[in-house]
Amino acid sequence: MPSSAKPIPVITPDMREFFDGARAGRLMVQKCGGCGMLRFPAYELCSKCNSTESSWVPVSGRGEVFSFNIMHQVYHPAFAAEVPYAVVVVELEEGCKFVSNLHGVKPHEIKCGMPVEVMFEKLSDEVSIPKFRLRGAH
Amino acid sequence: MLCAKERKKVTAMDLRAKCAIAGLGQTRMGKNFDHPGPVGFAAEAVNLALEDAGLDRTDLDGLLVNPGITWFNNPMASYSLQQAMGLRNLRLTATMNLGGATAAAMVMHAAQSIAAGMADCVACVFADAPLRPPSPSKGKGEGSASAYGFAQGLNAHYGLFGVNAQYAFVAQRHMHRYGTTGDQLGAIAVAERAWANSNPDAQFHDTPMSLADYHASRWVVEPFHLYDCCLVSNGGLAVIVTSTQRAKNLKRPPVYILGMAQGHPGGDPMETLVSGAPIAKETAFKMAGVSLRDVDFCEIYDCYTFTVLVTLEDYGFCEKGEGGPFVATGAIGPGGSIPVNTGGGQLSSFYMWGMTPVSEAIVQIRGDGGRRQVPKHEVGLVSGNGGILATHSTLVLGSHP
Repeated sequence: MPSSAKPIPVITPDMREFFDGARAGRLMVQKCGGCGMLRFPAYELCSKCNSTESSWVPVSGRGEVFSFNIMHQVYHPAFAAEVPYAVVVVELEEGCKFVSNLHGVKPHEIKCGMPVEVMFEKLSDEVSIPKFRLRGAH
Repeated sequence: MLCAKERKKVTAMDLRAKCAIAGLGQTRMGKNFDHPGPVGFAAEAVNLALEDAGLDRTDLDGLLVNPGITWFNNPMASYSLQQAMGLRNLRLTATMNLGGATAAAMVMHAAQSIAAGMADCVACVFADAPLRPPSPSKGKGEGSASAYGFAQGLNAHYGLFGVNAQYAFVAQRHMHRYGTTGDQLGAIAVAERAWANSNPDAQFHDTPMSLADYHASRWVVEPFHLYDCCLVSNGGLAVIVTSTQRAKNLKRPPVYILGMAQGHPGGDPMETLVSGAPIAKETAFKMAGVSLRDVDFCEIYDCYTFTVLVTLEDYGFCEKGEGGPFVATGAIGPGGSIPVNTGGGQLSSFYMWGMTPVSEAIVQIRGDGGRRQVPKHEVGLVSGNGGILATHSTLVLGSHP
């Protein structure tokens, strides 16, 4: 089944700049206006200093696999042909974590600590989303 | 009016054995489909608990309810149940939700209120009915996967669905950091199954399981096999909490609430790999006047095998990161040095959130365990856990005040 049959994220106002960045090939995260801590996804306030000020900033898109799982159960029909597939948690060099998929690596070959970098997959004219691949794999 | 200096400061330690559990009510459990819904299950459980204690509905002046997922976020579930049961003139009620930590937290709230003179006899109940009968059109599948499989936004596109997948991230990280293995997670599943095989109320009571059987079971989300994950059950479980003084004159021997506390660490469990148990333990053990050596058996919240492993580490049965080797010695199964989840737990008996461990501790302390009865049952340690290692509650229950 084509990837487009998977649920396409709805662009909510708080995530507008993230999706604008993704469409232009930039990975954006939220930066606290109080203490500068980076976070993702969008939150109303900073968990470190509780400031409600924030802006979106680009990050390197480089990081490591922090953890992962391999999904075997089908919760949505679009994934029926893909099981087992992996979902990874990437820890970016800048510190915040990102749930995503790792492109080009078989699920059972994924290891914590693998160096990865961001790539973007276009789902529609409006929505592109970040995925990751092994660093230097392209 | 007393001035501040004259008022005696009440400390947590003053709550030791002030209250007791006097009644336990358990409906049929598991794949039963001809049922009155979650409210009906809750009412049945409360009435069974009252009967067990030798009390009447009119004796109740408190009702605490932990609604399961099929109460559909009813924000006033306790009022719904009060009206359904025709309870009048309550002095305490609340709908509580700390996930799997709620049951012990309800017992705590009841005991604190009773000790403060604000209630006398409080029912605490959990009920749920998420399992649906197999449908001819859709084949098998009793609704458990879909019921706990919610996702939205980016996560849904990446295929991250449900709580299983979130816990799998944390377990995978524990395996990476400490070298925990699938055999070690399996040792927990096998130990709990062995206990369940001696519990006639357990959904898996007649199905033995070896480590090979565990490994042969299908993957749900790696590193979790099917038997790393809790069951899903229809049913209701209730307990009656009252003062120690009153409990002594009721039908069944009191199960004394020696210690109680909560701990909610916050933060990212993938980073910390720690539950709220270390926070709660300090207060609960001090209140109870016990140390780990005094604990005869444990009923540890087990949404997954992994949750048991982490919680045992956090209580200090072994060092942090040593949970795998510890459970692999066979310490927690029948005949082991520290019996854990003696009814089969939520992996192999039934899934009533935090009420599963609370209820089994009551059974053991009373000596009602039949073939699964542990030889020493004076002090039982009970844990609850909700979210992804987000909320935690501890009870220390005892046969003597």
